[in-house]
Amino acid sequence: MIRYPRRTVLRAGAALVGASAFGFPAIVRAQAERIRIGHLTPLTGFLGVIGSYAQLGVKLAAEEINASGGILGKQVDLLSEDSINPATAATKAQRMLEQDGAVVLLGEISSASSLTIMQVAERNKKVFFSTGARSDALRGKNCNKYSFHCDIPNTVMVNAVGTALSQRGMVKGKKFFTLTADYIFGHDLLKAAKAFFSTHDANLIGDELIATDATDFSPYLLKVRQAKPDVVCCNLAGNQVTNLVKQYAEFGLPYPLVGFNLNTGDAWAAGAGNLSGTWPTVWYHTLANPASQAFVAAFSKKYGKPPENHAWIDYITLKLLAEAINTTKSTDSNELIAYFEKQSQFDIMKARKAYFRGWDHQLVQEAYPFTVKPKDQMKDQWDMLVLGDAVPVANDPLETIYPTREQNPCEMKA
Amino acid sequence: MQFEFLLEQVVNGLVLGGYYLLIALGLSLIFSVGGIVNLAHGAFYALGAYVCVELTKRLGFGASVVISPFAVALLGILFERFILRRFYTADPILSLLVTFGLAMVAEQAIRMIWGAAPVSTEIPQSFRGSVIVGDFLFSRYRLLILAVVAAILLGIWLLLQKTSFGRVVRAGIQKPDMVAALGIRLQPYMTAIVMLGVGMAALGGAFFAPITTVHPAMGAEIMTIAFVVVVIGGLGSFWGVVISALLVGVVRGIAIHFEPAAGEASVYILMFLVLLVRPRGLLGERIEKFE
Repeated sequence: MIRYPRRTVLRAGAALVGASAFGFPAIVRAQAERIRIGHLTPLTGFLGVIGSYAQLGVKLAAEEINASGGILGKQVDLLSEDSINPATAATKAQRMLEQDGAVVLLGEISSASSLTIMQVAERNKKVFFSTGARSDALRGKNCNKYSFHCDIPNTVMVNAVGTALSQRGMVKGKKFFTLTADYIFGHDLLKAAKAFFSTHDANLIGDELIATDATDFSPYLLKVRQAKPDVVCCNLAGNQVTNLVKQYAEFGLPYPLVGFNLNTGDAWAAGAGNLSGTWPTVWYHTLANPASQAFVAAFSKKYGKPPENHAWIDYITLKLLAEAINTTKSTDSNELIAYFEKQSQFDIMKARKAYFRGWDHQLVQEAYPFTVKPKDQMKDQWDMLVLGDAVPVANDPLETIYPTREQNPCEMKA
Repeated sequence: MQFEFLLEQVVNGLVLGGYYLLIALGLSLIFSVGGIVNLAHGAFYALGAYVCVELTKRLGFGASVVISPFAVALLGILFERFILRRFYTADPILSLLVTFGLAMVAEQAIRMIWGAAPVSTEIPQSFRGSVIVGDFLFSRYRLLILAVVAAILLGIWLLLQKTSFGRVVRAGIQKPDMVAALGIRLQPYMTAIVMLGVGMAALGGAFFAPITTVHPAMGAEIMTIAFVVVVIGGLGSFWGVVISALLVGVVRGIAIHFEPAAGEASVYILMFLVLLVRPRGLLGERIEKFE
């Protein structure tokens, strides 16, 4: 049998594995009299699962907009691609604006990738709607005139869950142990959590930074047990949350597990019987209002499963963008910015309308804490969560749960 | 106390290493016998997990975790007979391309059948929770995995060392022409080794289905660490892979004990250091021998 040198085999193998890390650019179709919109979201990696929901949501919105006559009488041409990582996201964003003729950009879940796209948007003076990134820094010290932020920021998630925990006496005087994703989002979430702990007399006795490619959490769980906390708090993102939740159930540690970040896609992936505790969410498909239920019905009919919160947020973002373009009769970024900065109100399928706050471009909206439904009460595999009351409570202004101007160091350059 | 905590991480690392071994050993075996670096190995790991999740709905977890690797091993027959067999003597670039392509096809096929969203399953109640041995905490479920891995390892070692099957395989690894001259066809042995290798990968997938995210790209994810283990151990070396898998688990545990943020990077640093000192890997000098 002919043998080839081992080095040749290994070198070629490494080259192939390396090549798979790069995405292949989509083939661009040239079409006239269309409004082209660029959409980027992670379809691979630890956020790939929820990113694929985001893509389904934005596609449904584009179809519905086109079926009802398009924007300004023109059909929407949606370019949706895998953002892969922060560097590739920026390259693709630049290409979409420069070569493909996209008039605006939207999407993203990773705060790190969102940050690089924000810089591209600013350089090109084109609007970018960051739909799923939650880091406070994006709408804080890194804010810019061309970037708008749709998802709730980390501080709001911490406040939503923290308030629910406080009401159950799980905060004051308690010892917390946090497990934190080691990138901008996690660092930022930990900062928000620390601020909450210190104002509510809780002690943070340990924190572990965890690389985003970790799939086995057993060494960290041993450290949790060694620290003997009262509450374990998950500051991870994407399928790392799923893995932690499953392995936490596997080890059966006695300390309650809560978290300041969870997307329903990751909760579903964890499966009934593994998830417990109190978590925050921005939207859930059981929200009882007609607009939300109509969206859930349309999505379920098309894709055979209910929408996840990223499907919802990318869907409503494209819808409100279409509304803005139709109202201003312009796709010019500066006119759109002026329109949004007037704090125009939008129906985002929640009890209260939402608006982009003029000075930091944050979409101000309700959020919800949730707990987990007992397995025997679930109607189907997606019926996992019990939503708590919306925060802030009905009579409080929406802005009460968002960072104030004093807390948020956003300085928009003109 | 500090030392006990460290020791606990070391022991936990050995348990994790046992699981890495399930995937890496098959990869190494197939290379030894066929001279092929099977980049599609992760696909069989993923299939093992998906088949297990699917069967659990009907048969329960216990039966599924046993049936799934056998079902995937049967698929391994087709894989060997119709794909790998054509590439044993071909330029290695071709086998790399074909297995790499197959990995992508398999991932997309999984996406088409089960969807892009993860599927989930859970450990039976009786295997949940942890046991405390001395001062050490173990997940009950992982102890079960460790016991199974140890049994499989012993089985494979006995198979290769003490049976006529093993003798032919070992002879075939060293002097395939001589084996042929003696009138023994190596092909059935190749098929058996491929079945064994992909079956073990599938068992790894089935075992980890309840405790990690079961998603289409999970096969690509596990390949990185499997390659690290095989490269550190020395591609083709049985004991090299065993030692390397355990070492990788332990090094990761120790790194996390002292510097949690460096946990994932530590295994790559280990690989770098080993390759710097010993480019063939730990036990790589007797490359292509299973002794």
